[in-house]
Amino acid sequence: MISRRDFLQATVAASALLGASGFGNWARLAAQQALTQDQLLQFAPTGNVTLIHITDIHAQLKPVWFREPEINLGVGAVNGLPPHVTGADFLKLFNLTPGTPEAYALSHTDFEALAQAYGRMGGLDRVATVINSIRAERPEALLLDGGDTWQGSYTCLKTNAQDMVNVMNALKPDAMTSHWEFTLGIDRVTEIVEGLAFPFLGANIYDAEWNEPAYEPYKMFERGGVQIAVIGQAFPYMPIANPGWMFPGLSFGVREERMAEVVAEVRDAGAELVVLLSHNGFDVDRKLASQIEGIDVILTGHTHDALPEPVMVGKTMLIASGSNGKFVTRLDLDVQGGAVKGFSHKLIPIFSDVIAPDPEVAALIDAERAPYEAELTEILGTTDSTLYRRGNFNGTWDDLICNALIEEREADIALSPGFRWGPSLLPGQPITREDLFNATAMTYPNAYRSEMTGEFLHVILEDVADNLFNPDPYYQQGGDMVRVGGMGYRIDVSKPQGSRITDMTVLRTGEAVDPAKTYVVSGWASVNEATEGPPIWDVVEAYIKRKGTIQIDPNQSVQVTGA
Amino acid sequence: MIFSRRELLIVGAGASLTMALPIMTHAATSDELIATFTGGAAVAEGGITLTAPEIAENGNTVPVSIDAPGASEVLILATGNPNADVATFKFGPLAGSFVASTRIRLAKTQDVVAIAKMADGSFASAKSTVKVTIGGCGG
Repeated sequence: MISRRDFLQATVAASALLGASGFGNWARLAAQQALTQDQLLQFAPTGNVTLIHITDIHAQLKPVWFREPEINLGVGAVNGLPPHVTGADFLKLFNLTPGTPEAYALSHTDFEALAQAYGRMGGLDRVATVINSIRAERPEALLLDGGDTWQGSYTCLKTNAQDMVNVMNALKPDAMTSHWEFTLGIDRVTEIVEGLAFPFLGANIYDAEWNEPAYEPYKMFERGGVQIAVIGQAFPYMPIANPGWMFPGLSFGVREERMAEVVAEVRDAGAELVVLLSHNGFDVDRKLASQIEGIDVILTGHTHDALPEPVMVGKTMLIASGSNGKFVTRLDLDVQGGAVKGFSHKLIPIFSDVIAPDPEVAALIDAERAPYEAELTEILGTTDSTLYRRGNFNGTWDDLICNALIEEREADIALSPGFRWGPSLLPGQPITREDLFNATAMTYPNAYRSEMTGEFLHVILEDVADNLFNPDPYYQQGGDMVRVGGMGYRIDVSKPQGSRITDMTVLRTGEAVDPAKTYVVSGWASVNEATEGPPIWDVVEAYIKRKGTIQIDPNQSVQVTGA
Repeated sequence: MIFSRRELLIVGAGASLTMALPIMTHAATSDELIATFTGGAAVAEGGITLTAPEIAENGNTVPVSIDAPGASEVLILATGNPNADVATFKFGPLAGSFVASTRIRLAKTQDVVAIAKMADGSFASAKSTVKVTIGGCGG
């Protein structure tokens, strides 16, 4: 439970910020002192099947701050539909009151002040408590992990994901699917998968040479007297968005016809409930649900959306359970005669100060981290600004990374990929090595320095913009726009590829980017093999240590229209 | 994300195309190839299935397949390639299935088109946009 002391501190912080922001419903804060674990777990059980969904943990074993996006545009048919609704509009859409714990968990509004009040979220030891509590009530509940589990932290990188595998095994999932898992390299993935007590599903993962299924597509369960098929769908654009040379024999893709076949196959095999454990991304799943009959529930992932209610597409229910361990979804279903007759749903926010850690899993997490404690806790500097990643065009973590690339690598222009993982830091906090790795830990971190023409930079921005703003979700790869340092631009998200990006400008001089001129560009996370340069964390660590205190100016270098 | 081999090949293909054009004999356009194949007859949309990835994992080898029940011939075109003509599959009257697959190289994002000549002399078609991208920024 959040202590009274915490709330008194929160009130101080809130009133301190009130003058600065001029809005926010601070009076509510005091009313929230009754928040308890029982309340968070309160649930009206129904039916005969219980699903527990967690996804996109990104190796966050411990509770984190995580600021939700302020800008998350949808194009075409999904413009203005969840999850493309943020801030006050999001709160209004779902009838949430500003200043409440739910508002803090689900939106960026008043993030800094509410973060002081309600604390960090997540932590797999707290998640374990929630899962145990659900299982105590529903011993046959299925725990399904949507993937992006084995990447995203210092210890995960150093242990080749063994820390995550060990802790997740303690939670006893019934199935998982995947994305970043494959950036461990195919040999390591195979080694881990062979030792798992649960299936690693991917109906859309194929052997590239023979064009044959390479992983189990689904698993049948009998629970509560109901035949349940759980189909897995890995991230469709693995070899494009991530380095294909790390898993050279595999091919992915949306493979809509394949999914239709698998759904028909499991129905023929007697499935009364068909669940798709997906890493497609929300809009891809929304389209898939409209194209294919017979999927009852899609547990979505990849795009890190957290929605407090299911989204219905025809008879298919889409569930979005957030990321980084912030939420666990419980979904009870009443399945009768091969159809869903009723449901009860809750997106359970994992308030780390309210939900008690499970002692066993807490001890396991501590044991995994113990060998690295000294490195993890080393303080590199302090931040005066909130550091966060989410947002379609920029975030302060990537502003920091781009600033570091420009100064440390002596570049004109810096590029940082539009990843959606990486927790936040609050103003005044120290930046530890763990924090830096939470924003950068991955297996292809080299910070390249190379020359590019203005024309090629334009091609890159157009290419990435189309991956995000193509009106057909099947052509979107998820993620966000590549972050740019040292250069501004204008983007009309409604235009087709090739004409979205205009007015590229070198910020230092105010000059237009010349298509024929060559610029020194530094970036990281190239998908190309044998990319040369120091790992990005070394570059950023050197920068933070040199600066001591990090201050990020508001980023106004991207002008957006057409939304 | 940057300077992929694929991108360099694409750039290379574009460059050689520009240089080659003045001395090349005329490469038939997609419309001309379709007109030759159909003899100018009307082509119905649908009736056959063309399967191709939405986004190519490797533009140099993109798997495409057709399923054209009742077809006698199927023409496959890569409309954005310097030479659009990819393949023509012929099925005999005793064919057990009307399925064929191959891998093609795509120079850039473009439509792949399949036109089927059916046993009764009518024409059916299917189209799929395949994106060839630099990639590398998802996550």
